[in-house]
Formats: sequence, C-alpha cells, structure tokens
Amino acid sequence: MDQEIYYDNSATTRVRDEAAQLMLEMLCQCYGNPSSLHSKGFEAQQRMEKARKQVAASLGCDPSCIYFTSGGTESDVLALLGGSEAMKRRGDHIITTAIEHDAVLHTCKHLEELGWRVTYLKPDSQGNISVEQVLEAMEDKTVLVSIMAVNNEVGSILPVGEIAKAIRRKNPNTQIHCDCVQAYGKQPLKVGKNLDVDFLTVSGHKIYGPKGVGTLYVRKGAKIKPVLFGGGQEKDLRPGTENIAAICGMGLAAELICDEMKENEAHVAAIKNSLLEGLKKIPEVCIISPENATPYILNISVPGIRSEIMLHFMEEQGIYLSSGSACAKGGPSHVLSAMGLDRSIGDSALRLSFGRYNRPEEVPVFLEALQTAILRFKR
Amino acid sequence: MNEIILLKNGEIALKGLNRSVFEDKLINNARRRLTDLGKFGFRKAQSTIYVEPKEENIDLDEAVERLQKVYGIIALTKAAVVEKDFEAIKHTAVTYLKDELLEAKTFKVDAKRSDKSFPLKSPQICAELGGYILENFPHLTVDVHNPDVTVVVEVRDFAAYIHGKQLPGAGGIPVGSGGRALLLLSGGIDSPVAGAMMAKRGLEVFAIHFASPPYTSERAKQKVISLAEKMTAYCGRINLFVVPFTEIQEHIRDDCPEELFTIIMRRYMMRIACRIARQSDCEALVTGESVGQVASQTIQAMNCTDAVADMPVLRPVVGMDKEEIVQIAHKIDTFETSILPYEDCCTVFTPKHPKTKPVMKFVEQAEAVMDMEGLIQRAVNNTETIKINR
Repeated sequence: MDQEIYYDNSATTRVRDEAAQLMLEMLCQCYGNPSSLHSKGFEAQQRMEKARKQVAASLGCDPSCIYFTSGGTESDVLALLGGSEAMKRRGDHIITTAIEHDAVLHTCKHLEELGWRVTYLKPDSQGNISVEQVLEAMEDKTVLVSIMAVNNEVGSILPVGEIAKAIRRKNPNTQIHCDCVQAYGKQPLKVGKNLDVDFLTVSGHKIYGPKGVGTLYVRKGAKIKPVLFGGGQEKDLRPGTENIAAICGMGLAAELICDEMKENEAHVAAIKNSLLEGLKKIPEVCIISPENATPYILNISVPGIRSEIMLHFMEEQGIYLSSGSACAKGGPSHVLSAMGLDRSIGDSALRLSFGRYNRPEEVPVFLEALQTAILRFKR
Repeated sequence: MNEIILLKNGEIALKGLNRSVFEDKLINNARRRLTDLGKFGFRKAQSTIYVEPKEENIDLDEAVERLQKVYGIIALTKAAVVEKDFEAIKHTAVTYLKDELLEAKTFKVDAKRSDKSFPLKSPQICAELGGYILENFPHLTVDVHNPDVTVVVEVRDFAAYIHGKQLPGAGGIPVGSGGRALLLLSGGIDSPVAGAMMAKRGLEVFAIHFASPPYTSERAKQKVISLAEKMTAYCGRINLFVVPFTEIQEHIRDDCPEELFTIIMRRYMMRIACRIARQSDCEALVTGESVGQVASQTIQAMNCTDAVADMPVLRPVVGMDKEEIVQIAHKIDTFETSILPYEDCCTVFTPKHPKTKPVMKFVEQAEAVMDMEGLIQRAVNNTETIKINR
C-alpha cells in the first residue's frame, strides 16, 4: 500500500492548498488585530469581512447575519444557550432529536439541569425524523427547536426545510436552530428560502478549511444572548480577538466548495455507489445507512468483528475510517441505539465518509482489505 | 547567600561495610535525576549527602521536588551556607528562616559541631542563637521536646549550614543497589505501582509490554510508554520491551479451549518475560497481581503461571486492596494515565467464563498442540526495545 485511503472526511478534512496558503499569509503578513485603529488592523478587518461575505454568499444571506466562532460545537452551544436564554420569559420547552451531535445533546442536558424541559424525538429505523413528529411535540411553551440537516453517523438527510416551514406556520414565536455541519457545502442551503431557520451552524474543517473556526448564522431579528463576554467583537455576540487566519481560510474554502458542490457530489456518489456494489457481494456486510442518505457518508457493519479491531486492522493497511463518529470514542453509538439497531450490529459499525480527494481506484483496494479482515477475524 | 540541599539517607546508614556502595549508588541516581537542571557537586559526610549547585540560577526547588522521589533518601532540606563566624550565623538564621519562625509558636536550636576549632561548643551555640532568635521573634517560646521549628546549625570543615524543617523523602534504598527486575507492564493501575514498590526496595526496573495489533491500538502502546515515562521519576531509566503478541493470541484462540485462554496467555507471557529478562540481566519478574482481584489472579492461576517461570515472580501488591493500590498510583502520578480508555479495546480473547481454578494437567494438555518454541522465538526475536530516559 503506497498511498493512504482517507475515508474519514466527516471527522475532518485535509485543508486545501488555497486555504492553507491564504492562512500562511494571514499569519505572517496580514497579522493585524481587526480592532486596531491603524492601517494594519484595518487591512485585517477588510480581509475578515471578505470571508464573512464569502460565507454569507454560500448561505444566501446578508453578511451581517454571519458570526464567527471557534467551530461547530461553539456555534451549537451559542445557539442553544443564547437562544433559550433570550426566550426564557416566553416558555420553558425545547425540542431536539435523539440523533444530534453531542454538542447539542450535552447542551440540552445542561439546559435540563437549569430547569428547561427537553423533548428528544426518536428517529425511525432509517435515522429520519418526520414533520408530523415535530409538530406533535410542539407546545405553546416551545421556544426552540434544534434539528440537524444531515446525521453525522449514518448520513440520513432530515427534512429540515419542511420542518422549519411547518414550525413557522404552527408557532411563529418558536425559534429554529439547524446544525448543518455535515450538510454545508454538500447540499444547497439557502436560509430564508429552502431553509427558513433562525440559527444555523457551520464548521470550517469539514469543508477543507482549518479547524478552530466555524460560524453561526443568526437571522436578523432572531432573539439570542451572548454566552461569552468581552471586548465587543462580532457585535458583542461572540467577543474575543478574531482568529483571522482561520476565518479567512474558512471563507475561501466555503466559496470554493460551493462552486464545486455539483462536481463533488457526482464524484463521491460514484465512489459510494461502486463501494455499495462491491459490498453487496460480501454476505458478511450489512449496510446501515439508509438508501436515500447523503452520498458523503456510508455506515456499514460486519457483525462479529468489533469496530475497533477493524479500524486498527485497516489503519495498518493505510486505510482510515471511523467507528461511529470520531468524537465518541468508546461506548455504543447513541445514534444507532436510537435507530433501534441490534447491539451486535452497532458494536461493529464502521463509518466511511468521502471527499473530493478520494479516488475511484481506492474502492477495490478497500474492498480487498475488508475481505481480508473478514477472513482473518470472523469466526 | 548560597544555598545547598542536604539529603539524609535513611536505611543506608544502617548498612555495614558496603555502606559506601549504597551511598555511591544514591549519589549516582540523584545526579542523573538532576542533570538537566545544571551542574551539582555531591559530597557525603556521616549520614548526610551535600548537594551543592555549581552554577548560577539553578532551580533548587525543582531539584528538591525531584530528589523527593529518589529512593534511599529519608528526609531532605534546603540549607543556607554561611561562613564559620557566629555573627554571620546569627544573622543568617533569623533572615533565612524568618517565614518559618513567624508561623511557629515554639522552637529549639540544634547544633552540630564537627569542626572542633570553632570557638563555641554545641550547647553554647544553642543557647546564644536561641537567645538571639527570642530577641527577634518575641512571640516564640522554647520547647526542646516538641518544637514547631527546629533551627539546625551544622558547623562543618568548610562552612556552616543552617536549615529549618526537613521535607520527607521517598524512603527505601537506592534503585539499582539490589539488582534488576523485569516488570510486566499492562497499562492498568496496578503494574506501575508494583514497579515503583520494587524500585523502592532497590531494584532497577525494566518493563515488558505485550501488544496485539490490531486488537490493541497504537494509542494503547503509547499509553504504556507514557506510564513508563512517569515511572522514571521514581525508578530512573527504564528499558521497555514491547513484544508482538498477536500471533500467539490468535493461536490460543484457534487451538485451545475457551475457558483456558487467559491462563495459557499468562503462561506465554511468563515464558517470554523470563527469556527477555535473561537477555537483559534481570533476575526476577515483577507483576501487579493482587489475589482475588480478577479471574486470572487466584492462587491456583498463579501456581499455573509460576510453574513456567524459572526465576522469582515478585508481586508486591499481592495482598493489597484496589483502593490501597489506587492511593499509591495517585502518589506516583500514574493513575490518570492508567485510566485512559485505550486498554485492550477488544474482548475477542476474553472468555465469557474463564477458569478461576485452572488445573495444571489440563492446561498443559491444551498447550501441547501448539508450536510453543516457534511462537515464543518469533515473539522474542521481534521484540522492540524502547529506552525511556528522563
């Protein structure tokens, strides 16, 4: 094996050269503090505002709605804590799903400790949530609904656009948050149009940008309070000297990935399909991802071979993949449990996630390695 | 004012003619532990070792902290170095020990005069200095039986030394003075503790770890390296042997009855450990087993494992409760690393119902089908040696 096969693009991606180059320039030349009054600071601010425009354009919103944060987790936490705090006089109920990222689920647990009531919607066996489920769970006192666009473990695409529309009709006072970390740059997301939400989370490092940066879209007029306090940056919603190198890297990555969306999708879909074709010929493999899942994620299982063993065997062959999500080391996956999957399948789950740097030639290499592993470990 | 560190060697002082061998070992160990802090001189006199910084700006507090982990030292203290002039001694005593004396209610002065040319005799030093301290710290009273602070003045050949309260040392005897042993280091809580305990009794500790990729991960191996690094604070240098164990485990799985997996695996570990021990001049094995803790740690199982070991198997924690072991793990700072969740991520080789009282005859029968010598040879030949030095 002379070249690595990186099938873990939903955990993180390689930073693309254009972004890395720009970041180097921002770190070493255009290093001013955007808050400084001199020209060095002004120049940095200009560059940052360009990045803000790039992200705004990708979501079809005004740049003033984009707030830079330290990443997906912070954006989720800010939307949930800040969004609920601003609405606490209007109600005490939050709705989310059992298959959210831990950044949302653990924040909800914290909110429960603070006295909020939280409903966790259970997905169907395909990892999906229906509009009706959400409407049914809504109460007069529901002030916030947080639902992800694409599940990070199995790749199910949730009907967030429809859900948002229905929520607006039923209770215009309920604010809506959508975690789009796995959807952004992979499917068209136009806030206010096909996705009428109040808050929307995006992460930099899943789109060939750097780690340590993300954005929260906040609809004009949406009610939110800060959770950090400081020197007034990001209109006081997210103070702290801006991480301009990462912000600019993310801005460029956002612009580029949105231009390439169709092309990328065709590329990964071809890879996923040829993988699926091969996998169907291996009787030991079962496919966990639903048929209409995102082409970027494929969750499979080889019952009887624990995920970690397979993962370590694969890494020896230079093949990188994930057991469940990369963030949840050890322990059974909450997503697969919520989908009602048998433990024997869940304990052996493997998540393959694809990106623009994967090549079709990798597919047979992976399939062969998988078969070797099955021969060796399956008894 | 110059400062030095005084080390009191505990048990060594009781040794007979070979006492200087122990002292030299201790000085060697201490010197090695301090090398990266700067140059130090070491001198021994009576049951004290004088550690003298030979450069400016040496971090003496860090040195004291490190020396507190060197076995063979019962107590230690920083001391002020003064010229042998009573006026200077008086002034230095009240300034150097000011904080301690302000906090105390009672004190006494303890004087030792090995330089008999010094004009004042020991009782005179005590009386005069005691009076001077009382003048300067009127809140104090003298208590010769149970003082809060003992002001110690030592008048030696080259200088006088003044110090107050002593800090506890790690005790034990110098690492390496009793030979070398090989520790079976799993990555759990118990084995580092066992290793440190045997180091305390003067053994140099080497370690052996069995890795089974892909059943165990690179992170698990890295964790064992981190543990060994932590142990060096107490044990000094460690050679860590990482044995590839996958082939043996897979053979056991395929060829042996499931309930005997664990015991047969342990016997292989013992055999391999003995060979590596011989190759690296170790004269005993050390394990972190404690009777009754898990299925493989019964005396029947120990019988079966020790039967294949051709050297003593030391089990310093054999009679300890988990809680007691954990306490020591905290003290030697290995606990946090030990509980990282990378340990044997797999359950493939753990039988559902392991034999807690294995019978030797059946174990031997089960093993007989395997190419034992070949398996062991390959594992030993492919063992990786990692030198861990701090």
